[in-house]
Amino acid sequence: MMLAAPIVLPLALAAAMLLSLRAVRLHRILAIFGTTLLTVLSIRLLLDVRTGGVVAVQMGNWPAPFGITLAADLFSAIMVVLSSLTGFAVVLFSVFAPEMRRESHGYHPLVMILLMGVNGAFLTGDAFNLYVCFEIMLMASFVLLALGGERPQIEGGVKYVALNFFSSALFLAAAGLLYGAVGTLNMADLSVKVAAAEDKRLLTAISLLFLAAFGIKAAVFPLFFWLPASYHTPAPAVSALFAGLLTKVGVYSMIRFFTLIFPLEPDFTQPLVQWIAALTMVTGVLGAAAQHEFRRILSFHIISQIGYMVLGLGLFTPLGLAGSVFYILHHIIVKTNLFLIAGVVLYARGTGELSELGGLYRSRPFLSLLFLIPAMSLAGLPPLSGFFAKLALLVAGLRVQAWALVAAALAVSLLTLFSMTKIWGEAFWKAEPDPSKNHAPPPHPALMTPIALLAGVTLVIGFFAGPLLELSLEAAEQLLNPSEYLNAVLGQKP
Amino acid sequence: MEALLAAVIGVLYGAGVYLMQRRNMVKFLIGLALLSHGANLLIFTAGGLTRGAPPLIPEHAGTPTSPHADPLPQALILTAIVISFAVLAFALVLFLRAYQTTGTDDLNDLRSTDT
Repeated sequence: MMLAAPIVLPLALAAAMLLSLRAVRLHRILAIFGTTLLTVLSIRLLLDVRTGGVVAVQMGNWPAPFGITLAADLFSAIMVVLSSLTGFAVVLFSVFAPEMRRESHGYHPLVMILLMGVNGAFLTGDAFNLYVCFEIMLMASFVLLALGGERPQIEGGVKYVALNFFSSALFLAAAGLLYGAVGTLNMADLSVKVAAAEDKRLLTAISLLFLAAFGIKAAVFPLFFWLPASYHTPAPAVSALFAGLLTKVGVYSMIRFFTLIFPLEPDFTQPLVQWIAALTMVTGVLGAAAQHEFRRILSFHIISQIGYMVLGLGLFTPLGLAGSVFYILHHIIVKTNLFLIAGVVLYARGTGELSELGGLYRSRPFLSLLFLIPAMSLAGLPPLSGFFAKLALLVAGLRVQAWALVAAALAVSLLTLFSMTKIWGEAFWKAEPDPSKNHAPPPHPALMTPIALLAGVTLVIGFFAGPLLELSLEAAEQLLNPSEYLNAVLGQKP
Repeated sequence: MEALLAAVIGVLYGAGVYLMQRRNMVKFLIGLALLSHGANLLIFTAGGLTRGAPPLIPEHAGTPTSPHADPLPQALILTAIVISFAVLAFALVLFLRAYQTTGTDDLNDLRSTDT
């Protein structure tokens, strides 16, 4: 029952909160204790999976291809730990953020429902339930994005809703066609039946539909335009949650589908995914270099980092996939933290425009130090976590002699460093242009707790890169040899 | 029957995509609705059409007698309809609010958060 806890617990919390919609203080307590418990339970799940192998549960005791399956391999378990941790940090941040108005309109229950959808997407073993979890997550994110109702939020929301609705329709059509083609939607069963199918052409076409649907959600190269238009508009805590988790669910599904169900074909889908990865990295970072607003720069960086994660999938070697897993592990923490820091800057100065910022190093040295840790980690400076994530991917790329991809990844790293130093120089280092214009009240000092926590986690990932990389390698081995997953789901349970 | 449904699905998809490209909020929403109906019919058709054979188990039998219709596509569609109805309802409200805040129903004018 450990397996269902990351889905059931947020649902129960959300239900409890909806029953007491006006009791914001109760919501806060429930949210903090709930996400702490969620983190503990998910770490426990990860340890269970690490020692005992893939865990699978059949809901209602219907045997595998008929019932609803929940399954956790190492990759899912790692993702659930990350989402719970992100949820905890964001809840802690939003408790101290000066935005009571949003909280009394159901902010906390929505965050819980979002976490439920995200965890559900990570743990489900059924393609249609993945669709349902996506929709749960998206509905919650739609409302969170629009909560507050300011003009940029509404405009960003229109694009976000429209594009995600479209990608859901694609996903649904692809799932229907897949069911028509092989007669099952259980992922393990699909893996067996797709591998046994004689004519792969129709299945390849269906797999491309999935690639497009997940590509929109993950914001890869030609399909990312909704992201920079919407992610910088909501409340800082919300955009940190989005930046940390939502695109990664798309990447997760992509990796899950293209390892378990449609292994990449070396002469068609693999080069396609590699091209997508390279172009995503390059366009994302070029977009970031052209921006002059704190959170917009960070939004474009998400895109370029998604490219790295997809790159590991495109290389399709154990080390490459391990690089992807490690990259996701590092990126969720770092990116959430950067958006939270952007939020503190926004609260402290009332703006995110780099030209109007300045002097933060002088007035808030602790915040500046905490900014440097994730920023330099994102750029990939040793000994921070991003260095090891990129190193794994680069070594994986060199081993299969993908010179162009390695060169692109290195160049993008340099450009990332460039735009991070731009934020540093403009917002923190240079003198404040007009101190008299700043009337914002100083933000609550407790806002620094989740930031310091996540920065600490980044440091830990950097210092324990060896064991964590080993864990990622194990996860990658499981992804590339799904026999253990298939046994756990399809085999008879004692 | 398959051929007819295939044509209907094609028309729904075509009309949906056409309407979504009209750059008008209301037409965009109608396009999205048509598209999701198209997707539902697509599942229905791809799942296999069986006429006049409900998946009922006769008395004294343990399993349904073949041929019987596959009940799963309908279950999937039912879920998908509920979800797309909810999303569409939310999108309608959001687009109404967008119209009230921005004073335009032309999607081309929603540029302030673009880059």
